[in-house]
Amino acid sequence: MFTDFFYLLRLRGLKVSLKEWQTLLEGLQMGLHGSSLTGFYRLARAVLVHSEADFDRFDQVFLEYFRGIRSYDELPKELEDWLNTPIDPVEYDPALLQNQGLDIDTIRAMLEQRLKEQTERHDGGTHWVGTGGASPFGNSGYYPGGIRVGGEGRSRSALQVAGERHFRDFREDSVLDVRQFQMAFRRLRQFSALEDGPKDELQLEDTIRETGDNAGRLKLVFGRPRRNTVKLLMLFDSGGSMWEFTRLCASLFQAVSRESKFKDLKTYYFHNCFYDDLYNSPGCHHADSVSTEWVFSQLGQDYKVIVVGDASMAPYELLRPGGCSDYYRYNEEPGIAWIEKLLRRYDRVIWLNPLPERNWESGYGSETIRVIRARVPMYRLTLEGLQEGLKALVAAR
Amino acid sequence: MATTQFTGSEGYVAAPELLASVNIAAALEKPLLVKGEPGTGKTMLAQAVADALGLELLIWSIKSTTKAQDGLYVYDTVQRLYDSQFGADVSDIGKYIKLGKLGEAFRRTERCVLLIDEIDKADIEFPNDLLWELDRMEFYIPETKETVKAAVRPLVIITSNAEKELPDAFLRRCVFHYIDFPDAEMMERIVRAHFERLDDRLLKQALESFYAIRALRGLQKKPSTSELIDWVQALQIGGIPAGRIEKEMPFAGVLLKKNEDLDTLQKSRAQGGNPRRW
Repeated sequence: MFTDFFYLLRLRGLKVSLKEWQTLLEGLQMGLHGSSLTGFYRLARAVLVHSEADFDRFDQVFLEYFRGIRSYDELPKELEDWLNTPIDPVEYDPALLQNQGLDIDTIRAMLEQRLKEQTERHDGGTHWVGTGGASPFGNSGYYPGGIRVGGEGRSRSALQVAGERHFRDFREDSVLDVRQFQMAFRRLRQFSALEDGPKDELQLEDTIRETGDNAGRLKLVFGRPRRNTVKLLMLFDSGGSMWEFTRLCASLFQAVSRESKFKDLKTYYFHNCFYDDLYNSPGCHHADSVSTEWVFSQLGQDYKVIVVGDASMAPYELLRPGGCSDYYRYNEEPGIAWIEKLLRRYDRVIWLNPLPERNWESGYGSETIRVIRARVPMYRLTLEGLQEGLKALVAAR
Repeated sequence: MATTQFTGSEGYVAAPELLASVNIAAALEKPLLVKGEPGTGKTMLAQAVADALGLELLIWSIKSTTKAQDGLYVYDTVQRLYDSQFGADVSDIGKYIKLGKLGEAFRRTERCVLLIDEIDKADIEFPNDLLWELDRMEFYIPETKETVKAAVRPLVIITSNAEKELPDAFLRRCVFHYIDFPDAEMMERIVRAHFERLDDRLLKQALESFYAIRALRGLQKKPSTSELIDWVQALQIGGIPAGRIEKEMPFAGVLLKKNEDLDTLQKSRAQGGNPRRW
């Protein structure tokens, strides 16, 4: 019986579903793990984990679960026994977990404690494998005292591999995944066949008509496939109070840039509010800036504009000349004037704000948010907000 | 069940983890999804597996315009129309159904290896459109009322450069493997597998310089295995003695493809003289 490993994986945030779990059981029944823990580690990882970003998490859970085992060249008898029993759907009943006294809260508390210990030991070196045989972690029911089978120190055992935490750098705890954003951006499509491009799509209707006109002799008519004509200008607030939303903005940025279907996509950055200049990179360095006027003149009115920012700043930054937070970049016109210029130039503009709506009404930044919201339709930077915003961007007026 | 185990091949050195993943995928008859840095031999893997197991290899290279349907079959209506113009008998629609790579693989009476290369190049919906077909290894052709079903499930290897996220439902059906960048020891074996004769000192020097370059900060594109192999070949053909490699970095353009990266290398060498210090 092994089901608590499954629940432990899920508890730690790995998206393991029954489908993969069944595949794993299938693999075990076929003996693909080769009766070794290393084999089991490889099998389980190949089947249960779908991204290198999750390898680290998997390694950690694996470590915790199999910590009590001292020898790695043979699977514990319990595991072998379990392999011989047929798959029983009752196994997946969460109630079973309760019956074994594995209270979720207890597990979580223990996990946290274990996590702390492990980091310390990991930092201390690689020596920790094989120490601390008594695992307080809920599986004592499955692993009673005498599992120790042989000596230690097999080279590159599964626990060592897992312990190296080789895939730490790949880990990303992204809340919203890029794909969800990407799917949302599908809304932003307006198809037209009037664009340039090769005429390589057979037009059935026209072919029939032309062939009829041609006294039955076949005449093929080809046309251009329909393409997305949407052009997009994105302005990202970068740095300062936006720092905590970096990851969120990064996913949004990736989603947009990977959606290759836009006719054109331009991205610029600003700090708090935009004035005379926009920046080419998130670092907002002077050397890498372009004039806002130039951007407006280069990008025609048919561009749709998405501004991403928390719209929270000191009121003078938005409302007064010289409000730019960069002392050396004195702006003759206040930020609000630039926002109005943007609105005059483009009629499809939305503002995405990562701050929760409750912060829009009161607290720091609410004043400038109010001023901006009165002019630009503002949506929360969540999946729902984005969907609504994009709908507004393409909606007919 | 796989008849034979994949243990790598002469020209392809694989880490034990990768071998395990290939054999797991073969035994479970599930597609193997391979990800990894460019140049870590994702595409080569399929060839090596096919060679080692003595199976035929079918390659379906995905482009941004590829549709799922292309892999199953294409109904060539235009050809049929043309033929009808010249009085040919066109009543057999089957003649105008051309199977795609996936369809071909399903039709094989013997097991084969199907490589779906760079699946992330295609449209974001592409993997979803293949869910059923890859799961059941069959599809239906309405035009001929025919079901193409794999008699022997092919070993499907799918590579991805992670340009696009793949849908969960698709991932759940795959065995996943991430090809890690090889360490120096592994790399030595890989390079050796590509050359019959290789001077030990040359290889040692080349590897040292290679890993030093990879460790440089601010590189836009780190050199990968395939570039190293090209470089070693260039060094060998150019008859560069081992001692000169580190001092002069000949043919650095083989390793670094971007001007900015070459500048970075120049700069670091100018500052520290020896890139190994990084």
